[in-house]
Amino acid sequence: MKIAISSTGQTLDSQIDQRFGRASYFIIVDTESMEFDVIENSNTDVAGGAGINSAKVVIDAQAKAVLTGNCGPNAQRTLSAANLKLYTGVSGTIEQAVDLFKAGKLSEATEPNVGSHFGTENTNA
Amino acid sequence: MPENLTIAIASGKGGTGKTTIATNLACSIAQTGKIVQYLDCDVEEPNGHIFFKPGIEVAKSVTISVPDVDAELCNSCGKCGQLCQYSAIISLKNEPLVFEQLCHSCGGCMLVCPTGAIKEKPKEIGFVDIGSANGVKFGQGRLKIGDIHTPSLIKQVKSIKINDGIVIIDVPPGTSCPVIEAIKGSDFVLLVTEPTPFGLNDLKLAVEMVREMKIPFAVVVNRSDPNEQMTSQYCLDEKIEIIFEVPDDRRIAEAYSVGKMIVDALPEYEGIFTILYERVLNRIKGRE
Repeated sequence: MKIAISSTGQTLDSQIDQRFGRASYFIIVDTESMEFDVIENSNTDVAGGAGINSAKVVIDAQAKAVLTGNCGPNAQRTLSAANLKLYTGVSGTIEQAVDLFKAGKLSEATEPNVGSHFGTENTNA
Repeated sequence: MPENLTIAIASGKGGTGKTTIATNLACSIAQTGKIVQYLDCDVEEPNGHIFFKPGIEVAKSVTISVPDVDAELCNSCGKCGQLCQYSAIISLKNEPLVFEQLCHSCGGCMLVCPTGAIKEKPKEIGFVDIGSANGVKFGQGRLKIGDIHTPSLIKQVKSIKINDGIVIIDVPPGTSCPVIEAIKGSDFVLLVTEPTPFGLNDLKLAVEMVREMKIPFAVVVNRSDPNEQMTSQYCLDEKIEIIFEVPDDRRIAEAYSVGKMIVDALPEYEGIFTILYERVLNRIKGRE
């Protein structure tokens, strides 16, 4: 199963980017093989719609779940419409997050955990 | 010959006295027997009505068009989502997802849809109220709370503009899209400022804006302070006329605080706004 994680860097020991829509990278990890792809996020500096477009990026990458710090309402609605599972409040490295996910220790979010434009106001969150 | 012109009352900074100037000016012109319309285009927080206390005869609902997708007809081609620059419509595996609050009503998604699956549906963004008070034709926009389609509503407020009298437009503060929409098409702009560093800073921004729009303008200094030189020095350097000053009179603030116009509460100020109007008229005529 492929899962997408918002990341500040391009490796498995990178820290999770706490912003979903304006994350620097998305790391798409195959949870069985631990093989991964890195997608540079082109939505970091867009004026609006970052969450929606980032959701589209991970949907198009065939991810079935998203692990991130904070996710706003538009991104959450888009991910949910495409039946992706969302896990918010995740921190640490990408590898640690994948381990927690595989161990079933993350709980699924059914609602956004921040409001619109959280990522524009909290660039270092 | 009836005078037919539009004067916009704007400012960079909020709270400088746009509504004070606009309402008193409209009232004073009406008292001279002329046809006057006051349009409150500060649709996010219209407050001219507090001073006019108008009788509202019509409250028109204002809608914009947003896409309505027929899932049966959609073939998930994704063209709508590729076209939309605002991510208001995004195509997923099945039918597209619409974010109405992001839609700018361009209609592009409907045009590119090859199966005709997208139709327009109305979304209410606010109201235009029409009424009258003290011999002034009154109009105002009221944007629904949480809505962001400010310029679209301002356009609708301006659509009720009369063309056989003097129109006073109460503009929202700032220098962004709603302000441009409100000022557009005016014959003259009065930039209201206050003698503070904040007032001057935002006045400079507003001056840049009206110069860019090539609309003649002058400055009104509210709560004027004879000891303050910054504003007058700036206007002198920039060759901008200070066309009018309202003194820093506590009684004006007291009248304001209970929703009274200066011209009603303080008889000695009667007539001063007529002088302002005549000065504006002379400026406009001087250019012709």
